[in-house]
Amino acid sequence: MSELKKDIVRRPDMSVEIAGIKLRNPVMPASGTFGYGEEYTPFIDMEKIGAIVTKGLSLKPKAGNPTPRIAETVSGMLNAIGLQNVGIDAFIQHKMPFLRTVNTPVIANFFGNTLEEYGEVAKRLNDIPEIAAGELNISCPNVKQGGIVFGTDPKAASEVVALVRKNLQKPLIVKLTPNVTDITVVARAVEEAGADAIACINTLTGMSVDVNTRKPRIANMTGGLSGPAIRPVAVRMVHQVVQTVSVPVIGIGGIVKAMDALEFLIVGAKAVQVGTANFVDPTAMISIIEGIEEFLVAEGIDDIHDLIGSLKF
Amino acid sequence: MKNYRTKIISNQEISPGYFRMKILAPGFGENAHAGQFIMFRVQRSLPPLLRRPFGIFRTGFLPADCDGLPPKEFVEIVYKVVGSGTSIMAELHEGDKVELLGPLGNGFDCTSRKGEKILVGGGIGLVPLYMLAGELVDNGCKVRLLMGGRTRDDILAVTEFERLGVETYISTDDGSLGEAGLVTQVLERKLQKYPETEVFTCGPMPMLAAVHDICVKYKTPLQVSLEESMACGVGACLGCVVKGAGHTEEKPSYLCSCKVGPVFKSQYLDWSAIGKTDKDCGGCA
Repeated sequence: MSELKKDIVRRPDMSVEIAGIKLRNPVMPASGTFGYGEEYTPFIDMEKIGAIVTKGLSLKPKAGNPTPRIAETVSGMLNAIGLQNVGIDAFIQHKMPFLRTVNTPVIANFFGNTLEEYGEVAKRLNDIPEIAAGELNISCPNVKQGGIVFGTDPKAASEVVALVRKNLQKPLIVKLTPNVTDITVVARAVEEAGADAIACINTLTGMSVDVNTRKPRIANMTGGLSGPAIRPVAVRMVHQVVQTVSVPVIGIGGIVKAMDALEFLIVGAKAVQVGTANFVDPTAMISIIEGIEEFLVAEGIDDIHDLIGSLKF
Repeated sequence: MKNYRTKIISNQEISPGYFRMKILAPGFGENAHAGQFIMFRVQRSLPPLLRRPFGIFRTGFLPADCDGLPPKEFVEIVYKVVGSGTSIMAELHEGDKVELLGPLGNGFDCTSRKGEKILVGGGIGLVPLYMLAGELVDNGCKVRLLMGGRTRDDILAVTEFERLGVETYISTDDGSLGEAGLVTQVLERKLQKYPETEVFTCGPMPMLAAVHDICVKYKTPLQVSLEESMACGVGACLGCVVKGAGHTEEKPSYLCSCKVGPVFKSQYLDWSAIGKTDKDCGGCA
């Protein structure tokens, strides 16, 4: 849009509220694709995005999986990083000083190896006033504990969410896995257990083989598939979850450009997370925000809420 | 580091399957250092999805032309066509729009002025060594380059190294250029002759492992530039990690090769697995 046109056209209201957190726009990074924020400061203005979502945090530092950890696939990538992170203490000491300087809500993604650890990390997040919300990871496909085991069983999911809800005095977002038969069952379970919002989806379990060596292309054998390849699956699941729960839903899965984000908003996601696209283009989120705004202007929509959930059957 | 939306100045095949690409990049050179790399977006459309890492061959300015405009700054990479991404790159022409991120990572430490410097390059691994040679020569060091390849086609840019005042030694597996045999045999002879030296290397993993073993034997300091698959290039994805020295299953240590590396002092790496598989990603950093 030309500068002149920007002056004439009234800018639409892009702000949304997720679990009591006010976001200037609905676009934020997906955990694990944005480090702890600082890695991307050379490329984008953090105060232009809706929120910062940290890499998944655990009670103790976690080394992650053996290498190779990533492989490119058709319009996607497989990863088995294994939740490598600095641990909550080092996060507070080394990563929070930067995050405190940014006038943008910070959402801490977190996980535990055991039920107790989930509760303990949640408690530790209470001590960091600048953390706006917790995003509970019960959906990582690449580690035995601290991930998918909790997310695929509605009873286990309910149990961990209830415990975290008790321990966390901040809004709670729960991130779901698509690697289930019916995502709505788990969505309903976590809502009933106290989730203030639901983020979906995490990566789809996949596998790729090097035909020359006949070995899996990543050391973990299987990994999480992300990128444009998974978008139709993600849009379908977000649509299903939106129909099932009454808490806000954050849509995730293969968003590369504004049109992709709009699909999620139209099916009812109140916000979106951008993941693999940050690797492809570190300024992707800014282009997506600008693109959504241009679409609203072109459609004559003053408030993004008039777009959210506007799917026509 | 910066994200450049820019265009190609030239893209030429210099040996069968090897290309040199010059890309317009104002302000790039003042921040770039030998051993650093760029993430290059092959094309705006998909596939391929991810950017590709490439070592920086050199930076410089095009001579000013008669239009009176200031000289244009460029970054140059050398790459080998090995897969779908590099195949698309080989079809790009002058004026085509591209994106690059850089300069990224930690390069070679060439602050030590003492003694001889030996650079060991295998095939496309010579790429970061050219800029390094320039920096070492500028520092007043005596520089020797040992260059290895499967055939004569893999030996690149020899005259450019020689123009810097670098002594070059060539070996090829098939003897089609220089001495027949492995570049590591040449290294061993040189270390016997010049024991007070420092070695810098980049190339296929088995070569790096062999260079490491020889340097351990002669107690020679070694800096090594690794080629790893990367997704982001800025330390966010943690996909490019390598095992650090002292890594154990109980006490794992993974170092991010895009952020801590791609150049490492060899004693900081766990060499137990390096070189056990031959990875050749065609000019990765």
